[in-house]
Amino acid sequence: MAKTPLTIPELVAQFGPTLNRIPANGWSAEVEPDRIVKTHCCFCGQQCGIQLKVKDNRVIGFEPWEDFPFNQGRLCPKGVKRYMQDEHPDRLKAPLMRKDGAGFVPVSWNEALDKVAHEIRRIQQTYGNDAFALLGGASLTNEKAYLMGKLARVAVKTANIDYNGRLCMVSAAAASKKIFGIDRAANPWSDIPLAKAILVAGANVAECAPITTNYLWQARENGAKLIVMDPRMTPIARNADLYIPVRSGGDIGVFNGMLHVMIERGWIDREFIARHTTGWEQVEETVRKYTPEYAAKIAGVPAAMIVKAAEIWGPASTSFLLHARGIEHHSKGVQNCLAAINLVVATGRIGREGCGYAMITGQGNGQGGREQGQKCDQLPGARDIENPEHRKYIAGVWGVTEESIPHKGLSMVPILEAIHAGKIKGLLAISCNPMVSLPDNAYMRDAYEKLEFFAQIDFFLSETARYADVVLAGSLMEEDEGTTTNVEGRVIHHQKVVDPPGDARVDWKIICDIAARLGVADKFNYASPKEIFDELRVASKGGVSDYYGITWDRIDREKGVFWPCPSPDHPGTPRLYEGHRFNHLDGKAHFQPVEWQPAAEETDSEYPIILTTGRVVSHYLSGTQTRRIGALVDQYPQPLCEMHPLLAGKLGITEGDFVTVESRRGSVTVRASVIKTIRPDTVFVPYHWPLDRAANNMTVRAIDPISNIPEYKICAVRVRKVPPPQDAISELEVQAGGVR
Amino acid sequence: MNGSSGMEFFIDHSRCIGCRACMQACEECDTHRGVSMIHLETIMPADSVQTAPQICMHCEDPICAQVCPADAIKKTPDGIVQSSLKPRCIGCSNCVLACPFGVPKYKAEINQMMKCDMCYDRTSIGKRPMCATVCPSGALTFATRETIERTRQGMAIREWQFGGETVRTKVNVLVPRSVQRIDIAIEQIGKTTTDEYDVACLLTGEGNV
Repeated sequence: MAKTPLTIPELVAQFGPTLNRIPANGWSAEVEPDRIVKTHCCFCGQQCGIQLKVKDNRVIGFEPWEDFPFNQGRLCPKGVKRYMQDEHPDRLKAPLMRKDGAGFVPVSWNEALDKVAHEIRRIQQTYGNDAFALLGGASLTNEKAYLMGKLARVAVKTANIDYNGRLCMVSAAAASKKIFGIDRAANPWSDIPLAKAILVAGANVAECAPITTNYLWQARENGAKLIVMDPRMTPIARNADLYIPVRSGGDIGVFNGMLHVMIERGWIDREFIARHTTGWEQVEETVRKYTPEYAAKIAGVPAAMIVKAAEIWGPASTSFLLHARGIEHHSKGVQNCLAAINLVVATGRIGREGCGYAMITGQGNGQGGREQGQKCDQLPGARDIENPEHRKYIAGVWGVTEESIPHKGLSMVPILEAIHAGKIKGLLAISCNPMVSLPDNAYMRDAYEKLEFFAQIDFFLSETARYADVVLAGSLMEEDEGTTTNVEGRVIHHQKVVDPPGDARVDWKIICDIAARLGVADKFNYASPKEIFDELRVASKGGVSDYYGITWDRIDREKGVFWPCPSPDHPGTPRLYEGHRFNHLDGKAHFQPVEWQPAAEETDSEYPIILTTGRVVSHYLSGTQTRRIGALVDQYPQPLCEMHPLLAGKLGITEGDFVTVESRRGSVTVRASVIKTIRPDTVFVPYHWPLDRAANNMTVRAIDPISNIPEYKICAVRVRKVPPPQDAISELEVQAGGVR
Repeated sequence: MNGSSGMEFFIDHSRCIGCRACMQACEECDTHRGVSMIHLETIMPADSVQTAPQICMHCEDPICAQVCPADAIKKTPDGIVQSSLKPRCIGCSNCVLACPFGVPKYKAEINQMMKCDMCYDRTSIGKRPMCATVCPSGALTFATRETIERTRQGMAIREWQFGGETVRTKVNVLVPRSVQRIDIAIEQIGKTTTDEYDVACLLTGEGNV
């Protein structure tokens, strides 16, 4: 396969990204829709309710859905303009096959699927079963995530399946499991406004989870004190009671320092600790040396801020912790989350109204996508693939022998490393765009170029699909039906709004078609996604994430059902750990002592500046969808390098100058945005863009040893002013990777 | 009906996160699809992330209408100041220059002034205005005064002092309880920089790197 079949500008000219600016029926409002469908936004983990207007099988607009309890009609700009991804000129409408020199040519489904099946078997017969890998995604419905796991274990018979939630949620997941035994936000969002102290750690709520803003502000109207930790003064930090401009990677300094002060001042619930927890002594011992002064050196902030944080958090009557990628995207991501959650457990403020914590899931089905068995170490129901009982149960559901289920495989970054090393030769992927989203992007591109065969299921020709041998034209969220599980653990129902265009197919059928060609049609014989969900319910039964009692009918009737829900008459579980029953065998929460450690790559004299990466409000993840919507691209057209005037002055850079930001691995050339709202030792570049504008050219290929999440939030760079770039890539439109 | 149902418009600038959902949704409104009638002010962009949404404030005695030589700007009985009437508007932009809130915009392509009418098409059938429905932060809210008094700490006021001129508006802004009226002093204009949100200043203390 190797290089792309045409040059990048040639592929861009043919497949975009181009901008859709005009609704399907023009801007006219005179057309009455045939139908208005109540469904959900396809983007982030909040999964807001939204209504889509349909005329002649085309989505022509939206209307807020004010009755859906989570967002009550509220939407961010992505949700408002989401419908513009429909009827898009770049939409793939037929399977494509790579032809060198000619690009991609449309082929029949038979030809495409036969080729995929043939290559899977050829590679496996030549190099072994595990030489073919699968990658899924956390924007898939629960049904599709479940099918991807089953496809890997039952049809392809490879151990190597993982998913892009590995780049997103896994540090939070691992930490929650270690302390509480369940990987889910502990509380529904309705508990947030009832909390009197709120700690938001590493979460740019305003841009990455905008609807959550109202919950935070409502808490403050009720008298809550808000603490925000972030190297950048984000829009919610501006109005916080205490903003801690923590150095990226210094979070443990704040958490352990707060706990140190809380112990000293007696703001610890010792009765709760004695009755409901284990491991407190080690934690107390560990944080002894984290005096505010010591902790402040790690955190890179004044010690007084840490004391003040403890003074807000410690004595509060109720409290809520929210954390996201800012503390999770580290080679110590799990440790960061553990240290944060220790603050919750030490006060005993969990499992009751207004008391608890949540990780803010990033991707659309970030929660459900990690429960249904597309992780390398999991089977459906968040079961452990190495647990003999779990294997036996799932083998029974699938009608296969326990021995035939492969064991734990490689996670996402190690899969790419195995491809780079020539150990994995073939790849089938869906719902991910690693050419934008993986760290150390040049290395990842090398890996993709080494594959003997690569097939991608996608609705647009993403930057990664350009490297494919076969592209299977799949479906947008609104073209299929299924469930997702939102940030709160609420299982919700995405309605089918329109049919896929042209010859494109719904994803679940494509997956079943591939399975059929691999000789297991009988095990992938579903008439509808509802049948897949009903099998998933059984597969999850008795597992941690038990969906057995949840039916599509119930979801519609009750506007979502929270797992665990073990039986049809069970009301679901909005709030976990009520009565202080935790999910370990001893029923207790397990404190985890945490020591700070440096990042994989700290700054030095050669690369003296910290780079941290993140998102902006008008774009979603790798931008495959949002970089095709004119209104969202206009809002934030191209990545900027945010830097403080003190740093800019030192480097001779002024607002709007072109700068090259360069690490040991790669660089971007972008315009500078000189602002006082960022730490002077840190620059920020958002990551939604490809090629020479990809922030991940610079990030470091270091992963957390437990969660395997990459360290997107800190690496060492240098920055210099440069003349405007004039190469072929920079001449592209901004949404394709050019600059203006 | 907007007036009779007791629903009012409230702006709380302190809640605004600058996400522009209001602007994106405004241009989806049926009466002016494709054109946003709301704008977002970026306050001291290099110094702060503060933003402020600006809808039409619907003045009791609208200055835009007073200065209109063609009598093209009308107020409905329930207090909504409408866009200019197409047959009357001469595109002179007097209103654009006169509005103390900077709301009316002259659209050269149609030679007419258009502005926010608080989603008259929606509010007149019992729906909330588009911007106040989607706003994720509650900076823009359409609710009863009773609801706001029950759920917000700030106080709703609608009296502004521009130099010697007092302006009363239909739209409320939420301010700290000590504030009775918003005084816009001339000397405030031109104040374009602050260190209040300078992260470097926050970091000057022990433990700094």
